[in-house]
Amino acid sequence: MKVAYFPGCSLHSTGIEFDISVREVCKALEIDLEEIEGWVCCGATSAHATNHLLSLAMPAYSLALAERMDVQDVVAPCAACFNRLKHAVVLSQQNEETYNKIKELLPIPWENKLRVRNLLDIFSNMLEEISSKVTKPLSDIKLACYYGCLLLRPPHICQFDNPENPQTMDELMKACGAQVVDWAFKTECCGANLTIPRPDLVVELTYRILKSAKTAGADAIVTACPFCHLNLDARQADIHKTKGELFNIPILYFTQILGIALGVPPKKLGLTRHLVDPFLLPALRRR
Amino acid sequence: MTRIGVFVCWCGANIARTVDVELVAQKASTLPGVVYSTSYLYMCSDPGQALIKDAIRDYNLDRVVVASCSPAMHEPTFRKAVEEGGLNPYFMEMANIREQNSWVHDDRVAATEKAFELIAATVERVKRAQPLEPLGFSVEKKALVIGGGIAGIQAALDIAEAGFKVYLVEKTPSIGGRMAQFDKTFPTLDCAMCILSPKMVDCYRHPNITILSYSEIEEVKGFVGNFEVTIRKKARSVDEKLCTGCGLCIEKCPSKAKSEFDEGVGERKAIYIPFPQAVPLVPVIDREACLWFSKGRCGLCQRVCPTKAIDYSQQDTFIKERFGTIIVATGADVFDPVVYEEYGYGRYPDVITSAQLERIIDPSGPTKGEILRPSDGKHPQSVVFIQCVGSRDEQKGYPYCSRVCCMYTAKHAFLLREHLPNVKLYIFYIDIRAFGKGYEEFVRRVQDELGANYIRGRVGRIYPEKGKLIVQGADTLLGQQVRIEADLVVLATALVPQKDVEELARKLSISTDQYGWLMEAHPKLRPAETMTKGIFIAGTCQFPKDISDSVAQASAAASKAIAILQQEWLYSEPVVARVNKNKCVGCFACKEVCPYSAIEEEALVEQTSGLEKRVAKVNEGLCQGCGNCASACRSQAIDLLGFTSEELIAQLEGLAKVERE
Repeated sequence: MKVAYFPGCSLHSTGIEFDISVREVCKALEIDLEEIEGWVCCGATSAHATNHLLSLAMPAYSLALAERMDVQDVVAPCAACFNRLKHAVVLSQQNEETYNKIKELLPIPWENKLRVRNLLDIFSNMLEEISSKVTKPLSDIKLACYYGCLLLRPPHICQFDNPENPQTMDELMKACGAQVVDWAFKTECCGANLTIPRPDLVVELTYRILKSAKTAGADAIVTACPFCHLNLDARQADIHKTKGELFNIPILYFTQILGIALGVPPKKLGLTRHLVDPFLLPALRRR
Repeated sequence: MTRIGVFVCWCGANIARTVDVELVAQKASTLPGVVYSTSYLYMCSDPGQALIKDAIRDYNLDRVVVASCSPAMHEPTFRKAVEEGGLNPYFMEMANIREQNSWVHDDRVAATEKAFELIAATVERVKRAQPLEPLGFSVEKKALVIGGGIAGIQAALDIAEAGFKVYLVEKTPSIGGRMAQFDKTFPTLDCAMCILSPKMVDCYRHPNITILSYSEIEEVKGFVGNFEVTIRKKARSVDEKLCTGCGLCIEKCPSKAKSEFDEGVGERKAIYIPFPQAVPLVPVIDREACLWFSKGRCGLCQRVCPTKAIDYSQQDTFIKERFGTIIVATGADVFDPVVYEEYGYGRYPDVITSAQLERIIDPSGPTKGEILRPSDGKHPQSVVFIQCVGSRDEQKGYPYCSRVCCMYTAKHAFLLREHLPNVKLYIFYIDIRAFGKGYEEFVRRVQDELGANYIRGRVGRIYPEKGKLIVQGADTLLGQQVRIEADLVVLATALVPQKDVEELARKLSISTDQYGWLMEAHPKLRPAETMTKGIFIAGTCQFPKDISDSVAQASAAASKAIAILQQEWLYSEPVVARVNKNKCVGCFACKEVCPYSAIEEEALVEQTSGLEKRVAKVNEGLCQGCGNCASACRSQAIDLLGFTSEELIAQLEGLAKVERE
């Protein structure tokens, strides 16, 4: 299966380990990722906070580029990128005027004929195949699956999983042999980019999420969003400082867990790039 | 040659402000066939009507055109005036120069010209008018009430008291409805059953009332005065005549199922009476739960019954009856909050609905009135109520307000405080809507004296933590997030239309709104009537309402029904469709488009060929004069009396003939 790959800025920078593990896992599952040549920013935050039309035209441009490739699907692992691409697609489908306005802005034709998917969506539709390819099941690890918000909301745009009680990542982790905990903060807000102007608030929010995961008995938190990852991983030191509680809970991308289960050597999955060292976990250290 | 009078109304300034009514009247006098024309300040007033009557006499008029408002407003007024003036009332036509002219235009010259054109067209139409006589039907002096809740009970009693026979048809095994499930009523805190059960008993004992419980409407035919209804009496598996209601069968029955009456909180046997005061006090066998019906063994109830009333071979039976009028009082259902995943209803046992709490509070309920939470049977120390679950929420529920939830939540808070003096009470609300007599005072009491903590805002998430439920929400007055530890969470669920109401509405040829509530004929002025003559609505099948409003509407519907039952003959508008049998080719395209099932088939022997053909025939009792058939007829064999093709084409030609400057 060949798909157009939209990494977005995070996967080329702060979330490079997400990119590394996505590529490894896709290779193992024979998904041919072809990066869209010349892709531009998805418009997250900066564009949709200032200009609605621009925030749709930017992702539409990258989608138009992808239409030149021989693919049906565009995959965007980053939750924010997925959300913005999906906005352009769905709003254009729902309103012809919007579609026409976007087309006017674009220098190249755009038919809006591609399907935008996130990786969880793709993987959850091939669970059987994944189970059969798992060579190193992670039965000795308990995971809390954390979905964040942008992968699921607003539901009429994302059209993916259950926005209040999502299950796809849980199912995928179970297919990897891992145990998943039932916890209440799967879709709680991590504070996102308030981490710059209001770090105090993000400390509070991430504290609650980490606390809830720990109470539920999780060894690590698995995420699908580079921003969630950043906040949960990077704020643990501040939480220690302000709240006096040291969690040391490793925050991993779901692709990293999947990679390990599929037998990809851990060092090829970017596991050393996290602030909280995943190898604190005996389950990972052993591999 | 016709002698037409034209009467132009000023409607105070409503028309005269935009239309030069005097000029219009003057110009109208020049139209061919018009012998008299005038204008007047209020044509609908007594002197206005007298003006028409006098002119008919003085100028020997034989047709009248009134140029004023929409015929929807005053057509009956002017028809009556013309009739009193000595003409057939259908020799009067109205030109609507208000709604379709003065109210929607502001160019006085053009509006004046348009008024004249509308009158000219109507003059041409009225020339072709035919005299019509009202149609008369006899009346079957018996009423059908569908639904045995408080509204149906009240309506049945009112009609029976007026001296007419009533059939009260109830879907479930007992009459009583929702009100029977309540412990207390707001705001007076009357014991619900104490005020309801006397009415149920009255129904049972009344010589004019026949209760058909565990029965449903199968088919409805006919029209006002003469409805023909087939009622399915479902197999109860117990002979109502032999059963004494001793309850021995229930005692011995080994099989259990969730009790519908207790909203799934408690259990009942496979053979059961839903509640102790049920009317009729006759058990019913739930054949899915019964071992005899599901596995072919047991038969204990039959063995112990002292009167041999248990009859496993019973089948559904059908009763055919004629009724003069029908009242629909089928009630409402409760919203299923499972779509609010964030509240965890269905996942967390201590998140319950208000209807379930009602049963938990009720002394005859599954906990015998002890407030015990479902998970561990302990008294809750802290209870959170969430209002507007499914109401006022376009995302997951319905946009409307269910009207009763603010009050029943306040009532629940009151009752919980009574049972558990130290319980902490929190109520999340959007607005408090305490609209009725004594309601606001009641809510105030719950807030001020009983210490219920009202929090304005919504709950975003409920999750379990250390045996408690953590309710996380927004306090929009403080602008803060709040987290409350609760032992029990109660969802004030919306009222929603019954699942099978659309099907019933189809059988009755009455309409529902976009949600499925039964439509009233007019929201303000005809709240208990439907658009189908002789069928009335009462209670929550029309829209959520409390007991007092349901009872008031039931009595209103009953008085409307009595007004029909008192007539020997009913007369209806002669504006009905008529088929020209010679032209009809029997394609029955008319039958497909008729919303009132008024088209029947008739065999006809053609005189010239001697061949038999089938043609359409209009049942004039059912026909409401909508004209769908006339427009659908390919061979122009159908005309709507008062709106014949000849009249309408003349009207169009009249419009075309006006010379424009």
